Order: sequence, then structure tokens, then C-alpha cells
Amino acid sequence: MFELLGIPPQVLMGQLLLGLINGSFYAVLSLGLAVIFGLLNIINFSHGAQYMLGGFVAWMLLTYFGIGYWWALILAPLVVGATGLVLERLALSKLYHLDHLYGLLLTFGVALIIQGLFRNYYGISGQPYQIPEILSGGQNLGFMFLPNYRAWVVVASVIVCFGTWFMIEKTRLGAYLRAATENPVLVGAFGINVPRMIMLTYAFGVGLAGFAGVLAAPIYSVNPNMGADLIIVVFAVVVIGGMGSIMGAILTGYGLGVIEGLTRVFYPEGSAVVIFVIMAIVLMIKPEGLFGRGA
Amino acid sequence: MMRSIALGTAAVAALTGTAYAQETIDVTLGVLNDRSGTYADLSGEGSVIAARMAVEDFNAEEKGLNVEILSADHQNKPDVGSNIARQWYEQEGVDAILDVPTSSVALAVADISNQMGGVLLNSGAGSTELTQGQCAPTTIHWTYDTAALAKGTGQAITEAGADKWYFLTADYAFGHSLEENTMNVVEEAGGEVVGSVRHPFPATDFSSFLLQAQASGADVIGLANAGGDTVNAIKQASEFGITQSGQSLAALLMFISDVHALSPETAQGLQLTEAFYWDQNDETREWSSRFEERHNAKPTMVHAGVYSAAMHYLRAVEAVGSTNNEEVVAHMKANSFDDPLFGEGYVRADGRVIHDMYLFEVKAPADSEGEWDLYEQKAVIAGEEAFLPMIDECDFSSEG
Repeated sequence: MFELLGIPPQVLMGQLLLGLINGSFYAVLSLGLAVIFGLLNIINFSHGAQYMLGGFVAWMLLTYFGIGYWWALILAPLVVGATGLVLERLALSKLYHLDHLYGLLLTFGVALIIQGLFRNYYGISGQPYQIPEILSGGQNLGFMFLPNYRAWVVVASVIVCFGTWFMIEKTRLGAYLRAATENPVLVGAFGINVPRMIMLTYAFGVGLAGFAGVLAAPIYSVNPNMGADLIIVVFAVVVIGGMGSIMGAILTGYGLGVIEGLTRVFYPEGSAVVIFVIMAIVLMIKPEGLFGRGA
Repeated sequence: MMRSIALGTAAVAALTGTAYAQETIDVTLGVLNDRSGTYADLSGEGSVIAARMAVEDFNAEEKGLNVEILSADHQNKPDVGSNIARQWYEQEGVDAILDVPTSSVALAVADISNQMGGVLLNSGAGSTELTQGQCAPTTIHWTYDTAALAKGTGQAITEAGADKWYFLTADYAFGHSLEENTMNVVEEAGGEVVGSVRHPFPATDFSSFLLQAQASGADVIGLANAGGDTVNAIKQASEFGITQSGQSLAALLMFISDVHALSPETAQGLQLTEAFYWDQNDETREWSSRFEERHNAKPTMVHAGVYSAAMHYLRAVEAVGSTNNEEVVAHMKANSFDDPLFGEGYVRADGRVIHDMYLFEVKAPADSEGEWDLYEQKAVIAGEEAFLPMIDECDFSSEG
């Protein structure tokens, strides 16, 4: 068996798998951002707060209504998506004719308000949320102990990511969407309600963040700041993948998860910055991102 | 009402002939802590409430003290904390600053308090530097420090037979200090440190570090981190079957707010050291239930420390008859206390407060009778043993 820089292969395999699991979160979150940016040209800075909302809605459903994980997985993204709907109608839709910066500032402000409200009400320590019974425990793979829930996270994220990609790139609905961003007036002339489509797209992107939040609830602490730390990394992922590229966001999400995982073995102190270093390099060599279609 | 009390005290003063009590003494206390970040639950608004309770329980008004309490958020940033402290001393007439979690901020504020004639009554920070390397005559470090935590948890676990340690350490000053303190205790107790890994602060995913710890073959994984990092690490350790496979976890700094967030399902069996637990005796229960009425949560040891420190400070101001920082600190150091929350203790010449520490174990869900019924007491660590001995450079007794 090979041994790389003094790291035994079973440890390496374990870390690769873990990287893939973390990459799943990056992928789902950056996918949501890419959908929103690609189709609406909005840089959605409240994505982290909406991810947090997903976790909290799952927790609320359980605590106040006794509704468990599986229903939360469907309901929480819908609820979070609905808040996105309201935000788009009341505020974002007024900004489409202005520079990107206005949307960014608005969503950033919204994120601060949402996080502040939750912090004020629920405190910072977080709320407990247990792994569903059926997914507790794990498998011994020989080189590592793989918790069933983490395996589920990878499966769920792969399904959602590729489902979304398929819908946008390969279906008629996706074609309408892409057409509407190219030329909203023309698409409107064909009798398609463009503002409604854009509104639903934003809600969908936001719903994806909520979905990631529910996935994260049982393994990370459900607290008001859970998205604030993550969102910066996810933006870096989107920039590396190429703003607006759906497949780019998915693949870079998984890829960077793996790279970050490996950094944690070889140089743990650097694991917080490795993604940003890669981002800087990519921006220097290929400013439109690895999968970008050019500006 | 105010006037009649003031007249009353004046009359009493005139009868007894004391000179001071004729005028009220203005005392301004500033509670400076994290009100929005990682440490907001263990300090935050709760500490302000604790300080207010101290003023009320002390009957400050009747004793001729006119106490005002200010509060501010230092955002865990030394520059922000320093600016607020400076402004408080210069413009708001603050006499003492309370709480100040986050060691880097606490050290900066300790220095400013010393320069500007204020007193730092620290409850929230953990660094031993406050009363060792960077001690100051006006610093009083009330609740805990990393050495006491290491002593409590490190020694108890090593002596119980689990003597191979691996450390998971937050990569900043506090984590390093906690790691080093605990390593010393472990090695003194005959244990061995087989390795350590430093994780970025703050971190969300610990699985990778936990796996490295698992592969090390250690008996115990020492978590030299705090707040959300500790919570996430413990949650994930249970998920990855670390505890089931025979390794145990030692949370070197953990507050009841963290344990509450984890719930006993995940945290059961964890051993940790604290200076205070609400359910220790009638007095702690009584105070804690009054606190809970106002704050919707049981107090942490940091909240309790703010209360007791404020009490002891007000006693000294009353006795001295002024807020002169040298005289007040001298009085605080010269007089031991018997406190409802911390029991008997005293302020050592270097400003380290010596009181008992306790080793707790988190209850199993079946044994927990309520949301906050979380700890079982395993051992008492006498104050003299728990804290580091005084170093000569920090012996301020001659200057008092």
C-alpha cells in the first residue's frame, strides 16, 4: 500500500470521504447562489441567513408541532422559499433595474436583521436537533466509521444538485427561464409571465438554502450564526466555479470540500484559508472562474 | 421615596456620627462583554442582569451608594474593547469594569484600567496571564482560569486511569494556553500526550480532526476550545462513534449554556470543571431562580461571578467610603468573603480570587429531571489547589 507524506492510506481515504460530505453542503448552497445569480443577476448575500432559517424551521417544526425530520425536509424549504417569495416581491423586484451592488446590500442587510432577531430571541448557543432514528448509527468501512446520516447527506445533495441542473439545462421550463434572463421582453411577448417566473426562481434558490439548513441541523449546532461563517466560503466556491454556472457550482462545491478535507490532514492550520488561496489563484489565471462562460 | 431614604440615611449618619454617609457616593459600573457573538449566552445581557441584582441585593441605595450600570458589546475584539473602556473611564466616570470575556480583550482592558484608575473585575475570561505574566494591581480575576480548568478536568481523568491524551485545540491564544496548562497537569499526574491538532477558530466541521484523534490511539480527546466549537466537536464525536469505540472526551472549557445546547442525549458522561452550578445548595437555587425569572435561562458561572464580584466591590466601596481604586482594591484583598454563590473565598494579593472549583459529570437523559437538571457533582477541588501559585512579580500586597 502507498503512504503519502507519512499519512496512512486508510486515514487518507477517510479524509477524502469526509471532504466529499462537506462538499455536499458547499454544493447545495453554491448551487442556490448560482441559480439566483445566473437567472436573476442578484448576488444573494442573505443565503447564509436562509440556510440558518432552514435549520431553525426544522427545529421549530419539531419543538412546537412535533413534526419530525422527514417532513421538515420538505416543509422547511417550502417555508424558507415562501419567505424568499415575500422578499423578492416586496424588495428585490424593485432593484432589478439598478446595479448589482444594490441587491447585494439589500440582501446583506436582510441577513443581518434576520440573524439579529434570532440571536435576540434564541440566544447564540444553539438548539439541539437529533439525527432521525432510522439514520443513526453507522457503517464500519474498514478505513473509517461512516455515520449513516453523513452518507445520506451525500446522497440527498447529489440528487438535489443534479435534479436542479437537469431541470434548468434540459427541460422546457429551464429553457424558458434561461430565455427570460436573456431577453425578458421577448419571452413576455410569448405570453409567459416573466416576473412570476423570476419570483419563483428566487424562492427556489432560497428553498435550496433552507434544504441545506435542514440537512445540517442534526450534525451542526442549530444557531443564528451558523450561516454567517459558511456563506463567505460558499461565495468563494461560486467565484471559483464561475458566477452563474450551475454545473460549475456543483462540481467546485464537491471538489473544494475534498481539497479542504485533505488540507486538514497535511496542514490543519491552513484549512480555513485554503479555499481563499485557490480563489485568488483562479481569479489571477482565469478571472471568469473554472466553468465560467466568460463575461 | 429617594429623598426620604436619603434623609433617613443622613439622620442615621448624624446620630452615629459617621462622616461619610452624609453624602451619597456615586458608583458607576460598566459591564463590558460579548452581546452578539459566540459568548453572548454565557456572558451578554445575563451579566448585566447579574450586576443589577447585586446592586439590588446589596441595598445600595439605603447604604448611601448611588449605583449606575452601563453595558456595551466588545464584539470579542481587543481594539473595540479598549476604546470602550477608555471612553468609559474618561467620559462616563466609570469606576469598575465587569465581566470582559475573551482573554485578548480582557488583557487589553486590564492594562487600561490600571492606567486610568479603574478596577477590572473579570469574570468571563480564562487566561492565567491576567494574574501571572500580565498582572496589574487593579485586576481582580473572579471566576475561573485555564489552569483551574486543566487541574479539575485533566487531573481527575488522568488519575481515573485514562492517561493517553490527544488534544484538539482552537488555534489562538486561549486554546494554546488551555492546551499547555492541561498538558502540564496530565504529565504531572503520570499521563502521556500522544499528539494534538490545531483547528481554525471558529470551525464548523470537526470530523476530519476527530478522525485524526481517533487514529492516534489515545484514551482521551481533550477539547481545548470553547463555545460553539466545543458543541460542534462533541456533537460530531458522538456521531462518528468516537465515544462508543472506547475513547472519551474531555471538554476543558464548557459552560452550562453549552451543555444545554447539546442536550443530555449527546453530552451525557462528559466531565467538566466549573466554579458554580445553580443546583448546588439552597442559596444558589434561590438566586438562580430569581435570575431565571428575568433572563429565561439558568445562570452560567460567568453570570454568578459578575454578581459576586459586584457584591464584594460594593462592600468595599461602602467600607472605604469612596471609589478610590487603590483603597477599594486594598479592602477587597484584605477582607475574605462568604458568598451565597461561591462560598468562602478571598482575593489574593495578585488579584486571583481563590474559591473552590467543582468537577461535574453531565447526567444521562434518564436521570435528568428537567431542562436544566444537567450536572452531577463528582469532586470538589479546593481553591488553593485549583489555581496556580502566586508569582513574586505579581505580589502587590506591599503596595496596598
